[in-house]
Amino acid sequence: MSTPVLDSRDLVKTYVMGETEVRALRGVSVMVEPGEFVALRGPSGSGKSTFMNIAGCLDRPTSGKFVLNGTDVSTLSRDRLADIRNREIGFVFQGFNLLPRTTALENVEVPLIYRKTGRAERDARALEALALVGLSGRAGHFPTQLSGGQQQRVAIARALVTQPALILADEPTGNLDSRTSLEIMALFQKLNREQGLTIVLVTHEPDIAAFLSRTLVFKDGHLVADQPNRAPLDAAKALAELPAEEALA
Amino acid sequence: MDLALSLKLAFRALMRNPLRATLTMLGVIIGVAAVVATLAIGQGARASVQAQIATLGSNVIMIMPGAPSAGGVRMVMGSGSTFTADDVDAIRRECPSVSAVTWTVRSGGQAVYGNQNWSTSIVGATADYFPIREWTIADGTAFTDADVRNAAKVAVLGATVADNLFQGGRAIGETIRIKNLPFKVVAVMKRKGGSMMGQDQDDLVILPGTTVQRKFLGTTSVIGVMMASARGAESINSAIEEMSSLLRQRHRIRPGQDDDFFMRNQAEFANAAEQTSKTMTLLLSSIALVSLLVGGIGIMNIMLVSVTERTREIGIRMAVGAKGGDILSQFLVESAFLSLVGGALGVALGWAASSLISKLAGWPTTVSPASIALAFGFSAAVGIFFGFYPARKAALQDPIEALRYE
Repeated sequence: MSTPVLDSRDLVKTYVMGETEVRALRGVSVMVEPGEFVALRGPSGSGKSTFMNIAGCLDRPTSGKFVLNGTDVSTLSRDRLADIRNREIGFVFQGFNLLPRTTALENVEVPLIYRKTGRAERDARALEALALVGLSGRAGHFPTQLSGGQQQRVAIARALVTQPALILADEPTGNLDSRTSLEIMALFQKLNREQGLTIVLVTHEPDIAAFLSRTLVFKDGHLVADQPNRAPLDAAKALAELPAEEALA
Repeated sequence: MDLALSLKLAFRALMRNPLRATLTMLGVIIGVAAVVATLAIGQGARASVQAQIATLGSNVIMIMPGAPSAGGVRMVMGSGSTFTADDVDAIRRECPSVSAVTWTVRSGGQAVYGNQNWSTSIVGATADYFPIREWTIADGTAFTDADVRNAAKVAVLGATVADNLFQGGRAIGETIRIKNLPFKVVAVMKRKGGSMMGQDQDDLVILPGTTVQRKFLGTTSVIGVMMASARGAESINSAIEEMSSLLRQRHRIRPGQDDDFFMRNQAEFANAAEQTSKTMTLLLSSIALVSLLVGGIGIMNIMLVSVTERTREIGIRMAVGAKGGDILSQFLVESAFLSLVGGALGVALGWAASSLISKLAGWPTTVSPASIALAFGFSAAVGIFFGFYPARKAALQDPIEALRYE
């Protein structure tokens, strides 16, 4: 059996906010194998964001263990965590989070800058990642010159460029219309299938979860459901079935 | 991150708001310009004071008659000269550190030539006076020791006197009258210009000392001030010592008794003047440094605003793997960039300002490489010092909070 990409054991996170103690995670144990495409669902305050923050090495658990691709990251220093984020994780955010006044190509190159990749290799890899998301022709465009869907593609290229073990997507379709959402989901499915990429995706919408192979449901800091989806829908097919007039709109 | 890329990022970040960047730099520009300009003016003033002091003659020691005491009662300083021509000869003979010595007497009077007249001061001296005071003869030949022995009626004119009496005509060989006595003009001296005190040094007539004594002062024994020149700058002190002990011995001053003379040398004048201009320069440049400091605070202020505005950018960079140090250096490079570019522009402005001042006000200014290095180095230090706090603030952001920042 291969190393799980994500292996959390009895994960607890407690925040102290003034006088009150907020117990965001109350003992979560879950494992994600390479090549899985997992949906994370749950109402706000359920602990899924906290789980995502720890999974993304942006935060450390209060107790419990979190192993990312074979490395126990629960007690690493800030700088080591930054390093792990750079090497193992690609983030895709709801609000795209591209650097303003910076071209698509330069945005994709940012993670490579922090691992001190040379200029020529940076350019080559960033162009490759842009090609993978179908934006080869837009390398020199600024975020303001791109549509929402295109901006999210640039963000996905930025997440892919370091060839991470895990893509963490936080409601990546939350700011997009349904057609563009389908396009993005089709892209994720393609990357998952063709590149064997492991993706964990937070979503509120059951429609979106239907495209994924497994759903984790959080509630009150606990993992309350872990449902495999044996027959995920194909987003590319769904996109093709959209009425033509809507395609024109 | 390599330097070229850092600079490119810094430049781009600052170019987002060029007006703000310019205004921020203005503080540094003005500060650096002020430092460069004040140092240039101070240095120029010092150089010109040095040049004026040098017109006294190099390594000159003035031996002035001091306060004579009669039975313990001290008289007014310089009220009675106890020097004699024999003292001068003794110094010449017995003081090895002295290369030349002369004596002088002073008088004043009207010089007349044709229908022109000019009131001037009259100095009587020996032939050594010219090399000691470093007077250069522009035309003719100065009088000699033989002329002094014979009390010859010859005159050497300062440039001002020659100009006023001869109105551009040649003076050599002509006869002028001073206090109704005829004197043959043998030489005209090269112009020295104003003294430190602003006196016209060329407004004088030099006659053989003996002539002045006999014809104008009615005495053969009184001499006023002696002037000696030491063999070199390093032998000034030994020359003073040798002359002091010789004069004490010759004037029969017992140990413990006050000297009846005192000595001044050019180094003392030079030191005093140097001290004054140094103090002024220090004062002015410390004010200028304060303004540079204020410029630094301006940088800090703007960098703090910038860090807040770019919180989300910081969050994104951290999410994709920027370490605290990467963020710190990014913002430090920005503030250093501001202060260094400001410093460079300030040096240019300060240079321009000081050359403008020397043109308009006629003050000499010297922009020295050291002052440029000082101003530039200080501005770089200011940028890094005042940029550090905002940069650290950026580096210590929590990535989760920063990503959420609206």
